[in-house]
Amino acid sequence: MMAQSDSGKPDEGARESKVDTGRRWVNLVLGTGIVATIASFIYPAVRYVIPPPVSESSNLSVVAAKVGELKNNAAKVFRFGSEPAILIRTADGNYRAFTAVCTHLGCTVQYRADLHEVWCPCHNGMYDLQGRNVSGPPPRPLAQYQVHIQGEDIVVVRNA
Amino acid sequence: MANLKRRTLDWLNERMGSDGIEEFLRHKRVPIHRHTVWYYFGGMALFLFIIQVLTGILLLMYYRPTASGAFESVQFIMTQVQFGWLIRSIHSWSANLMILIVFIHMFSVFFMKAYRKPRELTWVSGMLLFFIVLAFGFSGYLLPWNTLAFFATKVGTDMAGFTPFAGKWIVEFLRGGDQVTGATLTRFFGFHVAVLPGIATLLLAFHLLLVQKLGMSVPPGVEKEIEDGHLPERSMPFFPNFLLRDIMGWYGALGVLGALAAIFPWELGVKANPFGSAPAGIRPEWYFLFMYQTLKYLPSKVSFIDGELLGLMLFGFAGAVWVIVPFLDYKAGFGRITRFFSGLGMFVLGYIIVLSCLAIF
Ligand code: FES
Repeated sequence: MMAQSDSGKPDEGARESKVDTGRRWVNLVLGTGIVATIASFIYPAVRYVIPPPVSESSNLSVVAAKVGELKNNAAKVFRFGSEPAILIRTADGNYRAFTAVCTHLGCTVQYRADLHEVWCPCHNGMYDLQGRNVSGPPPRPLAQYQVHIQGEDIVVVRNA
Repeated sequence: MANLKRRTLDWLNERMGSDGIEEFLRHKRVPIHRHTVWYYFGGMALFLFIIQVLTGILLLMYYRPTASGAFESVQFIMTQVQFGWLIRSIHSWSANLMILIVFIHMFSVFFMKAYRKPRELTWVSGMLLFFIVLAFGFSGYLLPWNTLAFFATKVGTDMAGFTPFAGKWIVEFLRGGDQVTGATLTRFFGFHVAVLPGIATLLLAFHLLLVQKLGMSVPPGVEKEIEDGHLPERSMPFFPNFLLRDIMGWYGALGVLGALAAIFPWELGVKANPFGSAPAGIRPEWYFLFMYQTLKYLPSKVSFIDGELLGLMLFGFAGAVWVIVPFLDYKAGFGRITRFFSGLGMFVLGYIIVLSCLAIF
């Protein structure tokens, strides 16, 4: 590439071909060196651009609400690590917590007080109060979390 | 293969007249004489600038310009992102090397009197680029939001407050308030990645266009020797001969840069605490040391004028003289050897070196 010249006309006899061999060697060495150098810069850059996994601790516990904040048959979506989760207080006063990420295409689900079910508005997916996918496109149930009441706090925990 | 190349070139030529560009590139020749080595520094500065742009873009992918997230995001780059430490280290090292090279480039141009007619505007645009480079250094220094950066910025912006009349306004403009806060950080980020690169690109294009158009200047001494027939006039084409030598230099610089960055990774320090007290031994980056040291020597009051104000006025005046030096030293344009200006250059260079050394030791 660098050592290119305009004198490379074909058929100029044996001397020319001897020069050609030498030149080919130089070109080969130069070319390899350049390619290796470029690769050694591209490689770190490409690796750099790939984001490292966000270090999520496998045990996560979050204060989702205060005692008394939720009425019966109501729910609230809260931040759980980097994802939304939903805390539901059933009609008989029990707490349930699930991930709020729909297992179909990832919409955030909501609680339907009128149906006593969890509903995904995107494609009309439906889950029951155990998190089971009961109708619509969702292929899997919602992952369930544990709920503990600690003093005034309602703590939601995910175990590894 | 050759046919393909020819056809590609023809295709391009039909659409953008690239023969004209090639003609433009080929027209310049680089003189060969005993000072030729100094011609390489401009290209070297350009090369390091390109490194800065590339590594800067990479850093932008993870950096967060807020008081609560800046330090952590740099820490994240250095500890979590693959090769993040290397990219940041190269950015910091290359910044410092670039400033050093820019200083060398400026002084070599000065002593070879390459600024003389018709290259006055090349010099002026170069000087503006020089100030932009310092502004890059100053604004970039704050971005990791560590203690040293925080206080250096506090002191640095404080000085701007001594500017007569507009001082208070300038400080508020720089800081985005009356204190150095997260607002300052966001502002400096804006300067560093948007405002300054924009201005620098325009100036650089202008500067390079002039250099290409006017060709290289031959120092008056060498010019005279050639005229008197003591020295043969020799030169090589800029494109591709000189450029290939340039590239070899860049290749070497890349090696040095990689080695420095890997062996001496740039440190991050401690996160800034705006309400903590300043650490001992705080001082600006090396390229500001000579000004810092000068201000230290000035008494707080010189008759009725503030020492700081006097110092800043002197530096402002000196900077202005330096920018318009081609117009002051117009005699050099006629090939006259103007010793006064060479002496001035020696004085300035000596002053910077001596004062910087005094500040370090
Ligand atoms: S994403 Fe929830 S039903 Fe499709």
